[in-house]
Amino acid sequence: MRERFQGLGQFVLWAKEVIVSLFTLRVSGRDLVYQLYFIGVKSQSVVFITGAFTGMVMAAQTYFQFHRVRLDHATLAVVSVSMCSELGPVLAGLMVSGRVGAALAAELGTMRVTEQIDALRTLAAHPIDYLVVPRFLATLIAMPLLTSASIAIGIGAGYGICKVFMGPFATYAYDNMVYYTGLEDLLTGVIKAFIYGGIIGMISCYKGMTCREGAEGVGRATTEAVVFSSITILITNFFLTLILNNLIQPA
Amino acid sequence: MIEVRDLHKSFGALKVLQGASLSIAKGESVVIIGRSGGGKSILLKLLIGLIKGDKGEVLIESENISRMNERQLLRVRRKFGMLFQSAALFDSMTVAENVGFVLMREKRSSENDIRQRVAEALEMVELPGIEDKKPSELSGGMRKRVGLARAIVYRPEIVLYDEPTTGLDPVVSDSIDQLIVSIRERLHVTTVAVTHDMRSARRIGQRIMMLHEGRIYFQGTPDEVFSSEDPVVSRFVTGVADPKDHSF
Repeated sequence: MRERFQGLGQFVLWAKEVIVSLFTLRVSGRDLVYQLYFIGVKSQSVVFITGAFTGMVMAAQTYFQFHRVRLDHATLAVVSVSMCSELGPVLAGLMVSGRVGAALAAELGTMRVTEQIDALRTLAAHPIDYLVVPRFLATLIAMPLLTSASIAIGIGAGYGICKVFMGPFATYAYDNMVYYTGLEDLLTGVIKAFIYGGIIGMISCYKGMTCREGAEGVGRATTEAVVFSSITILITNFFLTLILNNLIQPA
Repeated sequence: MIEVRDLHKSFGALKVLQGASLSIAKGESVVIIGRSGGGKSILLKLLIGLIKGDKGEVLIESENISRMNERQLLRVRRKFGMLFQSAALFDSMTVAENVGFVLMREKRSSENDIRQRVAEALEMVELPGIEDKKPSELSGGMRKRVGLARAIVYRPEIVLYDEPTTGLDPVVSDSIDQLIVSIRERLHVTTVAVTHDMRSARRIGQRIMMLHEGRIYFQGTPDEVFSSEDPVVSRFVTGVADPKDHSF
């Protein structure tokens, strides 16, 4: 138990150093662009496929239930609000933590066990400035963008399913969606995505930078990065839902 | 130039250094020898502040680095170049990017200037024209040479070598030794090498220190070390195990 608290304390001090470095703008633009490409552009397919199929499943299942009580026209509104405020950010977060979190922890962990991080330090470069901040900042920027696109794709795919089941009456579902989905729903999703980006970047980089020796150490760091990021996202999501619902959703 | 006073370092119950003290003058070439796992590489990493000691002081040009934080250490590390046992080249970068890393980050020199200095450093380690290769395309000896070029390109005052000839065949080892001596003479750097290769120690060192049981047990010129009658030193130098000592 004591070790766990020590670990948590070390993580907090390390995170503080990352934030300080972030605000002193020691990050190189070239490194940031490269990380944005790797974290943002390269994650598009996995996040978009997740968004599309989630939107379609959500639309089909909602339609099946609502059709029994003749509420078909409300289908897309449910899909839209769910995608914006819950499913979009959470599923994008889980997918990015699987793809990007694992890659970040494995890359930094391998650099650590092959003494590349020590080499960096001997060359008078601070590993947090050079390695962590560009990755952390890139996940912060990329997550809201990926999530927004994933939400749009999910809703679009849901609308496609409504068209299949409802034919021309899908227009009513569309109108209801526009009426019942507010900017605050989208804002909730974007804020959540921003926070999940921070969680993925921080936890994955920390796990990589503090990786233990050998192949086993890298493997364990990678697994822990994905598991801890995913669990933290799911737990945080519950509290964010309560907080953001009070803060930005209308009464 | 380098002074170590009563340095202690433990990892859990394992006491690696137990009061190591040494002094190295500017321009001197010192080789630290000792058994595998005896703390030689740890001592080297303590000299450059890569790890913190539990007790004791490390002074670089009279400046105590033991209590400095990572950011303060960056300034001091500018005086050092270090060749790692595995060369520790950045595998995502080309040879030119590895060697020119510090120069590119400083942003004080033009791209042409950096290119020229990288070429000069590669020439110095007898590997001209390999700027565009990736570390994965290089042999073990070439990687060490590129690591050395990266360590000297910004003209440090002190160069540290962690097992420079480990894992290399005798011919390549000899060429690395010659390179270390030639760099010391051309750049007038202070050299600190850690090795258990006695042939290499004799060639590189003007003074040899033996680390034993966490302390500097013996030091002297190569001739003094190789002719020592001390049983611990002579057994190590001749490579004869003590049948009573199961840790050998």
